[in-house]
Amino acid sequence: MVALPSETGIPPKVHYLNADYGIRSWLLTTDHKRIGILYLISITFFFAIGGLMAVLIRMELATPEGDLFQSDTYNRLFTMHGIMMIFFFLIPSIPAVLGNFLIPIMVGARDLAFPRLNLFSWYLFNIAGLFTIWALVHGGVDTGWTFYTPYSTRYSNTHVIATALGIFIAGFSSILTGLNFVVTIHRMRAPGLGWFRLPLFVWSLYATSLIFILGTPVLAITLLLLAAERVFGIGIFDPSLGGDPLLFQHLFWFYSHPAVYIMVLPAMGVVSEIVPAFARKKIFGYRFIAYASVALAVLGFLVWAHHMFVAGMSIYAATVFSALSMLVAVPSAVKVFNWTATLYQGSISWDTPMLYALGFIGLFTMGGLTGVMLATLGIDVHVHDTYFIIAHFHYIMVGGAIMGYLGGLHYWWPKITGKLYPRFWSRISAMVIFIGFNVTFFPQFILGYLGMPRRYHAYPPEFQVLNVMSSAGATILGVGYLIPLIYFIWSMRYGRHASSNPWGVVGLEWETTSPPPTENFETPPVVTRGPYEYSRSEEVADGR
Amino acid sequence: MKTHPHTGPVVPVGVYVAVFAALLILTAMTTAAAFHDLGPMNNVVALGIAALKATLVVLFFMHVRYGTRLIPLVVAAGLFWLVILIALSLTDYLTRGWLGVPGR
Repeated sequence: MVALPSETGIPPKVHYLNADYGIRSWLLTTDHKRIGILYLISITFFFAIGGLMAVLIRMELATPEGDLFQSDTYNRLFTMHGIMMIFFFLIPSIPAVLGNFLIPIMVGARDLAFPRLNLFSWYLFNIAGLFTIWALVHGGVDTGWTFYTPYSTRYSNTHVIATALGIFIAGFSSILTGLNFVVTIHRMRAPGLGWFRLPLFVWSLYATSLIFILGTPVLAITLLLLAAERVFGIGIFDPSLGGDPLLFQHLFWFYSHPAVYIMVLPAMGVVSEIVPAFARKKIFGYRFIAYASVALAVLGFLVWAHHMFVAGMSIYAATVFSALSMLVAVPSAVKVFNWTATLYQGSISWDTPMLYALGFIGLFTMGGLTGVMLATLGIDVHVHDTYFIIAHFHYIMVGGAIMGYLGGLHYWWPKITGKLYPRFWSRISAMVIFIGFNVTFFPQFILGYLGMPRRYHAYPPEFQVLNVMSSAGATILGVGYLIPLIYFIWSMRYGRHASSNPWGVVGLEWETTSPPPTENFETPPVVTRGPYEYSRSEEVADGR
Repeated sequence: MKTHPHTGPVVPVGVYVAVFAALLILTAMTTAAAFHDLGPMNNVVALGIAALKATLVVLFFMHVRYGTRLIPLVVAAGLFWLVILIALSLTDYLTRGWLGVPGR
């Protein structure tokens, strides 16, 4: 981006970070910005645990023999990797950290609608995490993150109930966060801020919140039914007790497929903010992107059984779900094309958030297109439970959701902390992550296509070259994640002070100080224009 | 009916008592029905009574009857999502037997 004279600035004397001191002021805070930071700390911790599991998995797979871990240990490793990353990192990542911090500011409010409920949901989340870590420390779980019955209810000798209870509690944290966002967006918008003046980040989190509220209760009740069968022997899913194992899969995926959109919709919202900001252009097709977010949230609920094509379900129902799954490509493509159209003839700058956003667009497109392949019945039967699936969903969740999360964190870090991070190292890390990611996961597409099954600790020797590539890529990716951790922490102490609008962009969050005051705005804002009015961007860049 | 500035309409205690009594009667009916074999109507009767009780709770105890129009809309959306869950799951259960399974 053009070096702006206003990139650095003098911080306000009193802001939300120094308005109050001491551990109590953090643990009992009802300030949405502080709660966002509490979530940031929690999910970084859980990400580190999930990441450690991934490191161990890739170490085992560097050789064809199962030489580092027993198969039982390996089962526990990939299960805990999935559970930690999905329920304790990806699902809360953008909503609970960036959403918590930004939604009230973006709608011009003082706080979320229910500040105490917000703090309560953070406590619930940590209690849930502790349950799960307790299970991990006491031997872990070996069912896979999907808890498929009847294995999980009848045969597994691991801590299924404690882990399921952890996820059950984490679900309530999600529901409360979603509820808080929906009520805030409906009721607390600033004067003049109509629905179609909302930033697309808010639209995407609104759609995400709908999934939180409508989907999570189904997961909660499913896990309770699982516990009832395991503890009391009530036959719900176990055929030998008169149950139906496919019923579990229907109920589980009714939540867990939309959960994919919980992870990727917020990342799309971040990209919809970053692309116009660093192309200096009004976003192309605002309304279409907004509607596409809601369409993804709704369509996401109609496709779940594509996870069950080989499980013995009706082939006729499978055909219906296959067709519905392909529909998801439409709103996804609407977004990708609109971001691309926004870039067209834009004044593009290659700042770190933009690198992440462009990485997202490419990687998400690959993940999405392989998703269309997998929605096709014939291909799904062929590559089901292979590394092709692993590669596909990591392109969506790591290449999509984590790239979006890191992009958003880099974009709003100066606002959150009031400090600038090193531009050089941040660009390097974005590129290291992009390269490391592709070296890790692209070989897995080939491995899967060649027939390497998932969830085994040993494999035929002919797959070793690609597996070594993948493990090497994971090392690069790990380094890529460590660099931002280091410079973000560094920047909090040594970084230069950011001005209120270091990128020279438009948006309500850039009109308050960096970091913002506890009440977000010194005077309550009145909105008089749309969110991406970059025809005035020159004034913004030069005039302040 | 009086209205409280923060908590909405103040519902007379008598309404709550009446609803509570209705719930108890319906529970007794469920129990009684469980002792009679009604054949295919067993599930229909049990679920019908349960649905009626849930409706009473939602309308009176959860104040949906007294809220703005947005509140019933939200409740309806939740029920609609339940219909999606059941209807699309039934596409599997109702058609699973259409194609024979080899060896069976």
